[in-house]
Amino acid sequence: MPLDNRIKKVLVIGSGPIIIGQAAEFDYSGTQACGALREEGVEVVLINSNPATIMTDKEVADKIYIEPLTVEIIERIIEKEKPDSLLAGMGGQTGLNLAVDLYDKGILEKHGVRVIGTSIESIKKGEDRELFRKEMQRIGKPCIESEIIRDVEAGKVYSRKIGYPVIVRPAYTLGGTGGGIAENEEELEAILSHGLQLSSIGQVLIERSVKGWKEIEYEVMRDRHGNSISVCNMENIDPVGIHTGDSIVVAPSQTLSDKEYQMLRSAAINIINAIGIEGGCNVQFALNPDSYEYAVIEINPRVSRSSALASKATGYPIAKVAAKIALGYSLDEIMNAVTRKTYACFEPTLDYVVVKIPKWPFDKFYAAKRQLGTKMMATGEVMAIGSSFEAAFLKAIRSLEIGSSTLEHENMKGLSLSELKRKVVYPDDERIFALAEMIRRDYRIDAISKITGIDGFFLKKIKNIVRREEELKAMNIEGLSRELLLELKVRGFSDKGIGSLIGVSPEDIYDLRAKWDIHPSYNMVDTCAGEFEACTPYYYSVYNAADEVMVSDRRKVIVLGSGPIRIGQGIEFDYASVHAVKALRKLEIETIIINNNPETVSTDFDISDKLYFEPITEEDVLSIIEKEKPEGVILQFGGQTAIKLAEFLNKKNIRILGTGQEQIDMTEDRERFETLLESLGIERPKGTAVWSVESGLEAAEKLGYPVLIRPSYVLGGQGMEITHSAAELKLYLDSAFKKNKKNPVLIDKYLMGKEIEVDALCDGEKILIPGIMEHLERAGIHSGDSISVYPPQHIACDIKEKVFEYTEKLALAIGVKGIINIQFVEYGGKLYVIEVNPRASRTIPYISKVSGVPVVDLATRIIMGEKLDTLGYGAGVYREPGIVSVKVPVFSTQKLPGVEVSLGPEMKSTGEVLGVGKDFYEALYKGFMAAGMLLKLDKGVILAAISDMDKDEFIPIAKELSALGYSFAATEGTVRILKAAGLKAERIRRLTEESPNILDKIINMDIDMVINTPTKGKESNRDGFVIRRAAIEKNIGVITVLDTARALQESTAKYGSGICKVPIEVYDMGK
Amino acid sequence: MKAKLILENGIVFEGKAFGYLQEAVGEVVFTTGMTGYQEILTDPSYYGQIVCMTYPLIGNYGLNLEDVESDCPDVKGFIVREACDYPNNFRCEFKLEDYLRNHKIMGIEQVDTRALTKILRDNGTMKGIITTEDLSEELVMEKLRGYSNKSAVADVTAKNRYTISGKGMHIGIVDFGIKANIMRSFVERGCALTVFPAASSYTEILDSNPDMIFLSNGPGNPADLTDAIANLKHLVGKKPIAGICLGHQLLALALGGKTGKLKFGHRGCNHPVKDLENNKVYITSQNHGYYVEELPENMIATHISMNDGTIEGMRHNELPICSVQFHPEASPGPRDINGLFDKFMDIKNRIS
Repeated sequence: MPLDNRIKKVLVIGSGPIIIGQAAEFDYSGTQACGALREEGVEVVLINSNPATIMTDKEVADKIYIEPLTVEIIERIIEKEKPDSLLAGMGGQTGLNLAVDLYDKGILEKHGVRVIGTSIESIKKGEDRELFRKEMQRIGKPCIESEIIRDVEAGKVYSRKIGYPVIVRPAYTLGGTGGGIAENEEELEAILSHGLQLSSIGQVLIERSVKGWKEIEYEVMRDRHGNSISVCNMENIDPVGIHTGDSIVVAPSQTLSDKEYQMLRSAAINIINAIGIEGGCNVQFALNPDSYEYAVIEINPRVSRSSALASKATGYPIAKVAAKIALGYSLDEIMNAVTRKTYACFEPTLDYVVVKIPKWPFDKFYAAKRQLGTKMMATGEVMAIGSSFEAAFLKAIRSLEIGSSTLEHENMKGLSLSELKRKVVYPDDERIFALAEMIRRDYRIDAISKITGIDGFFLKKIKNIVRREEELKAMNIEGLSRELLLELKVRGFSDKGIGSLIGVSPEDIYDLRAKWDIHPSYNMVDTCAGEFEACTPYYYSVYNAADEVMVSDRRKVIVLGSGPIRIGQGIEFDYASVHAVKALRKLEIETIIINNNPETVSTDFDISDKLYFEPITEEDVLSIIEKEKPEGVILQFGGQTAIKLAEFLNKKNIRILGTGQEQIDMTEDRERFETLLESLGIERPKGTAVWSVESGLEAAEKLGYPVLIRPSYVLGGQGMEITHSAAELKLYLDSAFKKNKKNPVLIDKYLMGKEIEVDALCDGEKILIPGIMEHLERAGIHSGDSISVYPPQHIACDIKEKVFEYTEKLALAIGVKGIINIQFVEYGGKLYVIEVNPRASRTIPYISKVSGVPVVDLATRIIMGEKLDTLGYGAGVYREPGIVSVKVPVFSTQKLPGVEVSLGPEMKSTGEVLGVGKDFYEALYKGFMAAGMLLKLDKGVILAAISDMDKDEFIPIAKELSALGYSFAATEGTVRILKAAGLKAERIRRLTEESPNILDKIINMDIDMVINTPTKGKESNRDGFVIRRAAIEKNIGVITVLDTARALQESTAKYGSGICKVPIEVYDMGK
Repeated sequence: MKAKLILENGIVFEGKAFGYLQEAVGEVVFTTGMTGYQEILTDPSYYGQIVCMTYPLIGNYGLNLEDVESDCPDVKGFIVREACDYPNNFRCEFKLEDYLRNHKIMGIEQVDTRALTKILRDNGTMKGIITTEDLSEELVMEKLRGYSNKSAVADVTAKNRYTISGKGMHIGIVDFGIKANIMRSFVERGCALTVFPAASSYTEILDSNPDMIFLSNGPGNPADLTDAIANLKHLVGKKPIAGICLGHQLLALALGGKTGKLKFGHRGCNHPVKDLENNKVYITSQNHGYYVEELPENMIATHISMNDGTIEGMRHNELPICSVQFHPEASPGPRDINGLFDKFMDIKNRIS
């Protein structure tokens, strides 16, 4: 059946901010779906609170609402836009839950909005565990023995019945938040009470543990006629027990015979037929490795992280096809975009191996509890494609940017076998290296398999790598024959890896390869294993195979992507890469993208003229450059991942287009940078580098406390801190020099002023500042964790002029061509520069959208030689718009046990939302709403724990909060000053005192919010840390900076707590 | 030991020999199924062929005594990118290399199977030789010229007639190289089977008084089987007839249709086929180099390939006769259309 003509205008709901469990994959699927809808002449109304996404671009949808994802706001948009249909299932769990809510509340019916694609009834059948279980019983598909539990006691009784260990899974949460494996009753109690509370419907599933079974996933599709296909199946190398988002995954499955493969495939198809899926669906199975016994773990009746991975692994655009199905097409009416000859109604077949490895944030959060389990903790992932498992695996390892090019890992060398054994049985992010180390020490593969549940097939592959590594270690470069080198390259070894093992430089290996003519070829991902001719420009490298790349003689440019999503380098950089490519294509320049992140839009093969799905390392990038011979490479959009390569490419005489190595070095080299500032007459906070504790204390005394300190050579994310006293500083310096004697610690005067940020364009002669952004939190809070306001509300004209002047001076003096990001602090009426980045920053998508200046497009054209004068946006500071936009950071700390919650100089947020309003307060209110931070007035109590130096500043805020109807609960010190100010405050006992104390207050949820400004120092055993963690784990808001508290109070005063007092406006940003 | 695959157009692929080291000459074909190599090795339809697997990692789950489609492997040679040396599965009984060696099948690994596949795709299926020797071009050509697969069916068909008892329908199977799972599919449905060697006369078949005659799959060019075709003509109209693959092609020829050779065949587990009667698409398992090019009079197409539009199934206008080109018995591949066996068995009622 062709297009359903009733569908004229479709509402698409996005997934909101990037959080753990919901990342860039929904920008990819949403963008693809919007494109598929518009291709058919359907008008698209999009809502997503995340401004960093590509889907919220003007070109992607007809109407764009960057608004809070709440039922009320969406209803407002429905009233305004009157869409006839809603496409659920493109916006992850968030979008799906909202669609269900809108339906249940009768809003869709009231406004005549039809749900297209999978129906709400089917979604419920798939999502509600009880309904799902019934359906599975009906069609005779085994589920894991389980029961819905609503209170802890019932949970205990049931667990005793089925026997420990049991798995706890809360209903309607994403990334398995709140779940876990309980080995005994005590553990059950803890996990269960937490899970019950996190589930939006107060339901938790307790199930028999099938820990150790194979975890197999199928991505399946079905149209309304019941035509069904399986796009891809995937095997988790880590068996059941580790969340699939935290598992190393391989596609297709490697250890299943056809009997097992087809048994599960048939089951998946039977399931989506029974549920009535119309679109895409993910089905997860647990498979007993010793029999045909299997069980359905769960399904996701929507596109998902796995469907993004499956799309990239096969070349089959699941989201696009799902959107077409929703419009009424059947699978046999949709063309295969890859072959353009065959139809979407077929099953991709792979002739390569795909490996996905998660990227965890533990380099930033080194204090976190790193043990992997049923709760997802990864922020991103990398994917690699190879002609063997070893090749794909090693490519993925080096794509992670964890400094590993082999399976040797320093942290493992000192561990005993018993310690290693523990590390593989209770796995963390380093398990793979622990496995390799055990194998290196000849621990038996079958024994490892037994204790870990990892299939021996995979362990043998790791052994193959380890064996080669050991051979290389015992060898010198003379011993390396052409034959062996070729074999190593076929198996995915990098020059760097080989070099480090035999003790030579990667260049030595490169030279040998050049001498022996060992170069990679590139094969195509074509959905059909070469059976049909394909036109996808989607490649991966192989050795010792025929090359399939057609190198054109067009003008061409390579744009480097930014690799896996991690804290500090998120989806914003994908946005920038994609826009650079689009701008280049408009200039009729052939574009080539290199990236390794399967979740992204940039790795959709439709985006660039050519996509190389490869690690972003020196060797891998150079090989592609040598193949393609582009005019140059653009680095400034790919974050640090790309910038890191500047020095190498420069050395290899590869042209870096736009800002290059010289400019980067000028800002990165401390001495050069200081000389530059001096010559320009621009001040930065005074500071110095010290090599000992004594000189450090002396320097700090001279500068005056507080001081900002950081190691010059940052390892493992140990970052900046602000210290207020000599005692604190000594503590820091002691530990810093104990860890690393060779490198200095940098000590700067900390100026507690207003932080100002600009992104500017520079063509070498003039600059354009799209907008000056003001940070709501004082300097000292990482810019990525600050609330950012545009246009600025509290910056005087003369300071704005200074900002322009400094930016212009710096950009011209550095010689920026393209984008520069500068952070300033205004202190005592003076402006200081605190950081300069000669590249696209995190704020690019935000400022592009709110200022209306297409920053990346302009930057790209400047890079390619155009001048600001001719680009149509002028020079200077771009005019400010009539509306105010506020960017609010969003955190995933709740999902990371042991991680500090309070804000500081190190970045912690994973995503961001936008609040747009006619004035500052409306924008702020909507920003808080979108971030889920609105102040509630349920208990009317705020728990306040204020450090001594913040107490004076807190009183006026407390008074205003009191006027809003809140009283306070606090420990002695804070109570005293609150009472002295005439405020209502209840004294509660300290953490160290007997129960009931402050912790019980949190656990019993007797409060609406915690305001806690931490005393400094980083030991996580402090009271404050425990309080903050407890609150965040109880889903209670925690504010750790008074500026944020004040903003929250002010916006609450204007717009009310919880639900808005006055109707708020929604703004179409697509205009 | 190094080995070479030499194609009849002179292109050479280098690799490493494994399995039984003895020169193999055959028709080189590729199959795109990612699993099911054991079923492929033992499928008699591959008799005389050198099979190239497009999936690079083969042998991962080993081989066993269960997943066989005939008593012993039928392929002439086996081409893979990487043969697994450490298979693992709860049913694993053999390693690929050992299995091939014991069944005297030559294998070659470390071959750029993707490049080979594309050559076969672009130039069409061709003959080839796997050898460890340095052969002169002439000698290679001579060996290739000497290759014939005309006796394939005679080689793989049952040597004697045999029966499998059952309480249900009695099916007379003409065995041109039948896959075991076809028989299992009938047996699962309670059928009693009488299996006839391919050369059995029509009288012999009719004398056993089956409720239906089934024409099996098998290797080679259907047009070579002139005796079988002549024999078939006598069965038409006497009994309901169903067929799969070669059986389907023979039926077309017996009824006056035409068969042809596909450029590079349909071999894999992902072939979409549209059922024209209910307008649904099924993903099917396929393995054929020949196809029904022209339908006989009185036959109508029931299934077509979504990839190239070729006929994948047909039935008679009046008589209870129907057949399909693809493999509803799967093994390997999706079992989505296994219900076709019920349709076969019900054909008499469906027609009238």
